[in-house]
Amino acid sequence: MTHYSALSVLRNALSGNRSWGRAWRDPDPKPSYDVLIVGGGGHGLATAYYLAKEHGIKNVAVVEKGWLGGGNTGRNTTIVRSNYMMPGNTMFYERSMRLWENLSQDLNFNVMISQRGQYNLCHSPAQMDAARRRGNIMRANGIDAELFDREEVRRRLPYLDYSQAARFPIHGAIFQGRAGTARHDAVAWGYARGADRHGVDILQQREVTGYLWDGGRICGVRTSRGDIRAAKVALCVAGHSGHLAQMAGLRLPIETHSLQAFVTEPYKPLVDTVVSFGAAHFYISQSDKGGLVLGGDLDMYNSYAQRGGLPIVEHTLASAKALMPCVSRLKLLRHWAGVMDMSMDGSPFITKTPVDGLYLNGGWCYGGFKATPASGWCFAWTIAKDQPHEDNREFTLDRFERGYQIDEKGMGPQPNAH
Amino acid sequence: MRRLNAGGRIDRTKPLSVTFEGRALPAYQGDTLASAMLAGSVSLAGRSFKYHRPRGVFSAGVEEPGALVHLREGDRHEPNVRATTTEAFDGLVSTAQNAWPSLTADIGAMNNILSPVLSAGFYYKTFIGPFRNSTRFWMMCEAFIRKAAGMGRATTLEDPDRYEKRNAFCDVLVIGGGAAGLSAALAAGRAGAQVILVEQDFELGGAILSDPVGAPGDAWLSRVKEELASLPNVRILLRTTAFGAYDGGTYGLVERVSDHLKTPQSGQIRQRYWLVHAGRAVLATGALERPLVFAGNDRPGVMLAGAVRTYLNRFAVLAGQNVLLATNNDTAYSTAAELSRAGAFVTLADLRADPPDDALAIAKDAGVTVLTGHGVLKAIGRKRVTSAVITPVDERGRAAGSTRKVPADLIAMSGGWSPVVHLWSQLYRKPQYDAHAVCFVPCQESEHHLQPAGTAFAAATLDEVIAQGFNRGIEAARASGSTGEAGDPPPPFEAGPFWQKNQSPVWATRKADGSLAGKAFVDFQHDVQLSDIDQAHLEGYVSVEHLKRYTTTGMATDQGKLSNVNALARMAELRGLSIPDVGTTTFRPPYTPVSIGAIVGHEHGRHFRPTRLSPIHHWHMDNGARMTEAGAWMRPWFYPQADEDLQAAYIREAAHVRQNVGMIDVSTLGKIAVQGPDAAEFLNRVYVNGWKTLAIGRLRYGAMLREDGFVMDDGATARLGEWDYFMSTTTANAAKVLAFSEHLLQTAWKDLKVHVTSVTDQWAAIALAGPSSRALLNSVTDADLSREALPNNHVTRAHIGDVAVRVHRMSYSGELAYEIYIPAGYGQHVWETLHAAGQAHNLKPYGTEAMGALRIEKGHVAGPEIEGRTTLKDLGLEGLASSKKPFVGSVLRKRPVLTDPDRPTLIGLEIEGDGGAKPGSLLFQAKAEAKGHGEGWVSSTTYSPALGKNIALAFLKNGKARLGETVRVVNFVGGETLSARVVSHHFFDPEGERQNG
Amino acid sequence: MIRINCPVCGLRNETEFTYGADATVNRPALDEQETGPWLDYVFNRDNPRGWHKEYWHHVQGCRQWLVLERNTLTHEIRGCRLAREAGE
Repeated sequence: MTHYSALSVLRNALSGNRSWGRAWRDPDPKPSYDVLIVGGGGHGLATAYYLAKEHGIKNVAVVEKGWLGGGNTGRNTTIVRSNYMMPGNTMFYERSMRLWENLSQDLNFNVMISQRGQYNLCHSPAQMDAARRRGNIMRANGIDAELFDREEVRRRLPYLDYSQAARFPIHGAIFQGRAGTARHDAVAWGYARGADRHGVDILQQREVTGYLWDGGRICGVRTSRGDIRAAKVALCVAGHSGHLAQMAGLRLPIETHSLQAFVTEPYKPLVDTVVSFGAAHFYISQSDKGGLVLGGDLDMYNSYAQRGGLPIVEHTLASAKALMPCVSRLKLLRHWAGVMDMSMDGSPFITKTPVDGLYLNGGWCYGGFKATPASGWCFAWTIAKDQPHEDNREFTLDRFERGYQIDEKGMGPQPNAH
Repeated sequence: MRRLNAGGRIDRTKPLSVTFEGRALPAYQGDTLASAMLAGSVSLAGRSFKYHRPRGVFSAGVEEPGALVHLREGDRHEPNVRATTTEAFDGLVSTAQNAWPSLTADIGAMNNILSPVLSAGFYYKTFIGPFRNSTRFWMMCEAFIRKAAGMGRATTLEDPDRYEKRNAFCDVLVIGGGAAGLSAALAAGRAGAQVILVEQDFELGGAILSDPVGAPGDAWLSRVKEELASLPNVRILLRTTAFGAYDGGTYGLVERVSDHLKTPQSGQIRQRYWLVHAGRAVLATGALERPLVFAGNDRPGVMLAGAVRTYLNRFAVLAGQNVLLATNNDTAYSTAAELSRAGAFVTLADLRADPPDDALAIAKDAGVTVLTGHGVLKAIGRKRVTSAVITPVDERGRAAGSTRKVPADLIAMSGGWSPVVHLWSQLYRKPQYDAHAVCFVPCQESEHHLQPAGTAFAAATLDEVIAQGFNRGIEAARASGSTGEAGDPPPPFEAGPFWQKNQSPVWATRKADGSLAGKAFVDFQHDVQLSDIDQAHLEGYVSVEHLKRYTTTGMATDQGKLSNVNALARMAELRGLSIPDVGTTTFRPPYTPVSIGAIVGHEHGRHFRPTRLSPIHHWHMDNGARMTEAGAWMRPWFYPQADEDLQAAYIREAAHVRQNVGMIDVSTLGKIAVQGPDAAEFLNRVYVNGWKTLAIGRLRYGAMLREDGFVMDDGATARLGEWDYFMSTTTANAAKVLAFSEHLLQTAWKDLKVHVTSVTDQWAAIALAGPSSRALLNSVTDADLSREALPNNHVTRAHIGDVAVRVHRMSYSGELAYEIYIPAGYGQHVWETLHAAGQAHNLKPYGTEAMGALRIEKGHVAGPEIEGRTTLKDLGLEGLASSKKPFVGSVLRKRPVLTDPDRPTLIGLEIEGDGGAKPGSLLFQAKAEAKGHGEGWVSSTTYSPALGKNIALAFLKNGKARLGETVRVVNFVGGETLSARVVSHHFFDPEGERQNG
Repeated sequence: MIRINCPVCGLRNETEFTYGADATVNRPALDEQETGPWLDYVFNRDNPRGWHKEYWHHVQGCRQWLVLERNTLTHEIRGCRLAREAGE
């Protein structure tokens, strides 16, 4: 396997780029694995990578129904941040941030982590107070956060609407400087290459159609291209967790909803950071290619359709112009949707399930991409040791029974409100 | 390149002033910016994205990858404008983009020299840097990359133009105004259906407009247009793009109302967004021509053959004198013949060894040299093609014989055509590959709402185009119940050859060994070379989505309209699969980029969201109130006197209430009429406390939970009659409580005879609070307000002047207080009456900030405390909960974590020092390290004028047991640590003597 | 734009409605004291790919709660009744 560097790129360029090897193998499946991971997105691939790297468990397969990174890994708005305030979330997302900060080096694959910062705008005194509470919890846990007043926000983001016409005036913002963006596809590819290098088999174009059972215990999967046995089966299929859990006889506290995203034509640099609008579910950043990336809201109804409805297209673009009037003459290039596991409290699951041999990683709501490294890291720990790590201790299925709802927004058990 | 002396569909009597890069272009009404550029011999129109290679006009339509410019100046500046779809107008100013310092001497073109290093995915392999746990190195490199990337420059100025949104309904929506679409509209129109026909161009006709003026299509077109114009049920929208097909038979259109003018006319909008609800729709969107792949196929002077024909026949522009045509199908033959007749020297290289005789005859009759079994191996020339290397080829398109160099100032190519399937695919699924027609086509299924017709469905002859269009039009009309006679389709006319019949699948010309003779491109804007596809394959990025994302092919502003099929063909070849086995990427809206402003319409600035105003709003504005947001509502925040700031004003207002009397507009509270024989039972179920004993004329405070047992809302409910209750909710939760109540009554509790009705907008409400409130109210009403007649928590009806009102004696401030409910239309009148009468009692209005101070002094909870994660016990309201009845949330509120005695509970804090604490500060034990999530947090703070102290409401672990303890209050983000004493949250008058007085 | 044929108001745009919840979960009896049925009602869902019975609220119309049968893969609707008239 080629080690990537400027030198290797140069050497290959001189030979006409004809000697590159595969980034990961395309192996035939072995009859049996120690761990079989269902879902070749960022989370599944990261789990495989850390199982091999951190726990020495290398007899691992990742089974993907389509192409790697084809689910939400390739459909999100690439935001990375660790501004969570609920116990159970805070340190998990901060672990993720710290893994992000060394991920390119660790994987020898430039996943383009760019810590250009994120502003969460506040539009009322009450929102400023809520932001202060969040910022204080972050700081008390060693995470960077700053609270800016209107004038400071205006100095830093002069292109927002500070006029009398603004429906929701900007009162200030909470800022995390270490937040930013990463190149989403590269995360899947980098983890795939890293896992492959440790001996993990990546098996694409195989859809899991059921489980192999040994009494009450799951001991493998049925796929569209044959059975594969495994001592432990781990689900990383956010968006479709309910479907795969149902095959194992489980009902989950999850609904599937579609979340829309948008990109404009490419422009010269206009927005250098991530800006979240506090008056609607909307945020904006600009990719390295120059497209403005707009994050919108859920379509609000259960959906597996991976395409968005027109009302949210209208809302999102209206939010963009309300926040930044100058985008009016810029052009929308493409809009799409991803299907989300919306959990009942807005927080995820990384846990053993009541079914022996079955492990679950899902329920990511909007937060899946930023969580990728820690999700893989903690899930690998949980699978390897059969118990959760400190950082995913609360991401269990029984938390609703206990009453431990990890509800960052205080919205209650309404999945489309998180 | 030159303008011909005659011909074309331009109006030579209307010359226009059009400039590019400061250079005047010869333009007429009916030109596009691109045709004017060609007429003005502009061969260098732009630079590509990655290597900054020179780009000329390449196409004549929406797929243009190269001629993207800055249009207009100042606040109407617009980047990435396709010259090919920009209608020329008088005063058009355009400039080059993505080039520095100039278009001709662009420093960025250095990337071109480095292109082997900058091949597919190079950035994933480099810029990682030597430092661990740091992103600095990459971010330093990224800063340069970001500056180099992007295409046009966006303005930061506000758009001066207006937009509008319009809903429309029709039986049949026809998308595309070419032969198929016109036939469909005609059939549906004759049948009596309501028809909307949309065409993105500024003229109807589609491909007919590219035929020579006077060709048989012209007569057909004018006859059909005339008949359509005579049908009042057919609406034609020109300059309108159907950008997306959505659920429920809904289509999004953008009409460019004024983009063909320098500025919109006075009072006119720039663009209009149409939301069309159609009974059925016909997809008559035609087809786009594909490029061929050969070395140098991106040089200025290399164009699509169909575009060259369009410029010749529609715009009377000859795009080259020495023309080399390269093709794999029959359509280029018409182009060749017409160019030759216009005076060009034309050579046609056909990749096919044996083209059909009728095609050959067209070329030979016009004096075109046809080289069968030949391809273009390489285009030569830097900023403009000067010559080309041609070669005999085998059936795979590989050189098979000696090559030769021919002079050429224009290479026109046709690699086949792709039906425009985008809208169909957005709605249904990926299109199917038709190996015969060598393209992806939509499927026709009778239950589909959107039916393809014409070349969008790969029709093979003009007869088919017209018949398909006409039949789809009739079917769509019938589906909507239109029964009129449709008659016969308009008779077909004689047209040039179509592509479907004799198309060759060969799409590239390569050397005998299969290699290319130089850089050959599949994506012309993103500079994706064929070698990048090869490299992606070597590295295992073989699925179409990986290919697209790894090489960025198809991700440019044309979204793969030109590049996709060639990229897929190469990947299929490399994998030894067929094109359908490789598959295609997903088509997403919009079909072509749409302005954000158009979709937003009016909903920006102040109109981004509705604003709700109290009936008394204008008095507040007239009397200097500073307003604040409360959900959708505007509320008075404070009423500054002289130059008071918020702090000074609220302290004065709050103190005034406790000493005299104040009034506040509380009209925004949610108000719900709960009526019916089971009203008390309903209240009993939704509130935690009991309602069966509430007598008529009394009111009671209640709290309600969510189904999961956390507190949702609180408020007072009054019993007005036997079956008549008046519930109030917080301003923020009014809609939620009503919808929740309706849900329970219509699903789970259908047997309860209760109606819940929002009466928020029907009632204005004024709270009158303070020791003088009774005296003031007595002076304006005859009702008996004595302590005995109207004790606290009682209701009475009264008149203020002529207005019948309800007086609820209740107190949020802790003072003797009344809430007066007034029919909304009289709200301001009663407010003014009270205000006038109040002058004798030293009445002052107060705002929400002072109200907050008063309620904090009393320890009442509000939004900051009922924040969705707090329980009754957390809020100190456990005593309200009835143990005698079930209520919403009564079971789940008993889950272990919710009943943990160690949970943070509501307490009061007396803050040491002068400044007070900030809400959102964290609480820590006095001597413990300030880290983690803390022992609690501060929810609401105020300076208490009554106590002369800074106080706060806060939640503290096991708080009730810690009264008297000193805790640390840390505001990390404000850099401040304070000490505070834990006290009861009932700071002021805990016995309630004042409110009961 | 999903279009919903409200039994009271006729065919209207989805923007007049709010989506409620899964309509197959039944609220336990008022006097149910066990936690299990409430947990299941409030938190657990079948979340099917395909046909789904669900509550919608015609919040900007007649304010009736409706039970729709809607396909979560295609958004097609094949049934719409008033919730108060829908069978258990």
